[in-house]
Amino acid sequence: MTRRRVLPGLPLSLGITLVYVGLIVALPLAALAVKAASLGPEDYWRIVSSPRAVASYRVTALSAATATAFNLVFGLSLAWVLVRYRFPGKRLVDAIVDLPFALPTAVAGIALTTLFAPNGWFGSILAPFGVKVAYTPLGIMVAMSFTSLPFIVRTVQPVLEDLDPALEEAAQSLGGSDSEIFLRVILPLLTPALLAGVSLAFARSLGEFGAIIFIAGNQPMETEITALLSFIRLEEYDYQAAAAIASVLLITAFAMLAVTNLLQARALRYTGRS
Amino acid sequence: MKIRLDHVVKTFDTFRAVRDVSLEIGSGELVALLGPSGSGKTTILRMVAGLEYSDAGTIHFGEQDATAIPVRDRGVGFVFQHYALFPHMTVAENVAFGMKVSKVKRGRAEIDRRVGELLDLVRLSGLGGRFPTQISGGQRQRVALARALAVDPKVLLLDEPFGALDANVRRELRRWLREIHEALGITTLFVTHDQEEALDLADRIVILNEGRIVQQGTPEQVCRSPNSAFVTQFLGDANRLEASIRDGRARIAGGEIAAPGVTDGRAEVFVRPSDLDWSDTGGIPATVTRVIDRPENRRILARLGDGTSLELDVPPETAVRSQDIGFVRIRRANVFPLS
Repeated sequence: MTRRRVLPGLPLSLGITLVYVGLIVALPLAALAVKAASLGPEDYWRIVSSPRAVASYRVTALSAATATAFNLVFGLSLAWVLVRYRFPGKRLVDAIVDLPFALPTAVAGIALTTLFAPNGWFGSILAPFGVKVAYTPLGIMVAMSFTSLPFIVRTVQPVLEDLDPALEEAAQSLGGSDSEIFLRVILPLLTPALLAGVSLAFARSLGEFGAIIFIAGNQPMETEITALLSFIRLEEYDYQAAAAIASVLLITAFAMLAVTNLLQARALRYTGRS
Repeated sequence: MKIRLDHVVKTFDTFRAVRDVSLEIGSGELVALLGPSGSGKTTILRMVAGLEYSDAGTIHFGEQDATAIPVRDRGVGFVFQHYALFPHMTVAENVAFGMKVSKVKRGRAEIDRRVGELLDLVRLSGLGGRFPTQISGGQRQRVALARALAVDPKVLLLDEPFGALDANVRRELRRWLREIHEALGITTLFVTHDQEEALDLADRIVILNEGRIVQQGTPEQVCRSPNSAFVTQFLGDANRLEASIRDGRARIAGGEIAAPGVTDGRAEVFVRPSDLDWSDTGGIPATVTRVIDRPENRRILARLGDGTSLELDVPPETAVRSQDIGFVRIRRANVFPLS
């Protein structure tokens, strides 16, 4: 006997979803894996561990980590301000947060390059202090921060909105100072959302291409990101090498998402749902 | 610790939540703030806690003016309506929170010992490692109380402490809270809209309506001598009858009762269902419209000659049916002149 279900539509919706995930997500990734695997282990290793590739991993991962760390702090404060205070122009600020999602990343890259170039608005101010942004790893970080900011704001915001004000009042009535309440009550409750935001922002930064190539300068060994190196190999019709390099990005992103999911489950263990 | 409120006022935007409330709560007293929603009772409690600041008036704790002292320094234990337990902390961590953030530094062993004592007190020993989602509503309520008691408050404040619980659990917890109050002797103020809860638990009841105190006194005083129609109706079921008073007697739809000391003129008479008798012989003529059977009695819904509806509780064995005609006798009533 089959178990009767109350909620309708399982076979149809599950079918559509699986087909979609298979065709649009899994198939290209599988093709990538197959392409990379068609290299022998030695060739694969030679390509992914070449000095130029390793240098690109370093600059990509470091920049992504810095950009994410920056957005963790800035995105959290932005979400905090948007949720907890009323001020003129709040709705405008709230809308602007989504702009990096909406803007073509190449446009963002060109805009940032113009601003941060030594003769640009920001660049000309920073130049006397010896700070160069455009065509340095710093520029990569700026581009990555720009495109990944909405992830952290938009994951933290709803959780912050749902936070029961009575929790803070309770902590205050028990004698907690503002900083203790933030560290012991609010931050732990935001941690799962922050982790989700961080993992999305970091993954996005690892794979960001359009915004970066304009501002980075793209010097091999210095300001060349992994995605660009893979693209260069493609243009040279070296599909296997391109796939091999891309597979490193893919594996890194997967590993990172797995780790944050684990951390998230740990942070959420109190909900009793696990 | 004695608490004194002097002419306290609080307005939210345009809503006047509390209008000139003065109140004294004796040391060690257990007092209920009773009133319908919007009567300002929770606002008063939150002002005593320091979770709201009053617009005017003062609040004293003992001889100290506490009006401007922030909540974290006021030394109150507050139990929130929905408990506000920290969801990411275990029961024991919740109880320990106040001691961990306290300016008085305690060692870990001392905190653990105190948490153990408090969990014993609220009969939750053994549940210290659970998260709030893993225990029942009644247990959460007790954790909230233990957490509030952990900081050795001078005053304990409870906002609708049993509002979210089943009737049975509620009754049990009331008795238990009373026991704890008797054991610890902390001055306690609690807010409720449930008159049964207030009567069951409190030494003294303060009845509020529209931001003002309408009456205060022991449960006996407010039950036996309600000072207004509002208090009479709020404390329990009451039939309202219109009457005219002359020479200390009230005439009601074909009957008459004593109303000593009430000025002549029109008045309203309130009678509890249990203060009415059903009789075949004399009294105010009435027709039964419905009979409702209950475990402890029968409730008769009846209509008087002038169309007024009445409810009365009679012993379970009373033989009466819908459409029967008989008489209602008033044993006890509260009469208030209509201005």
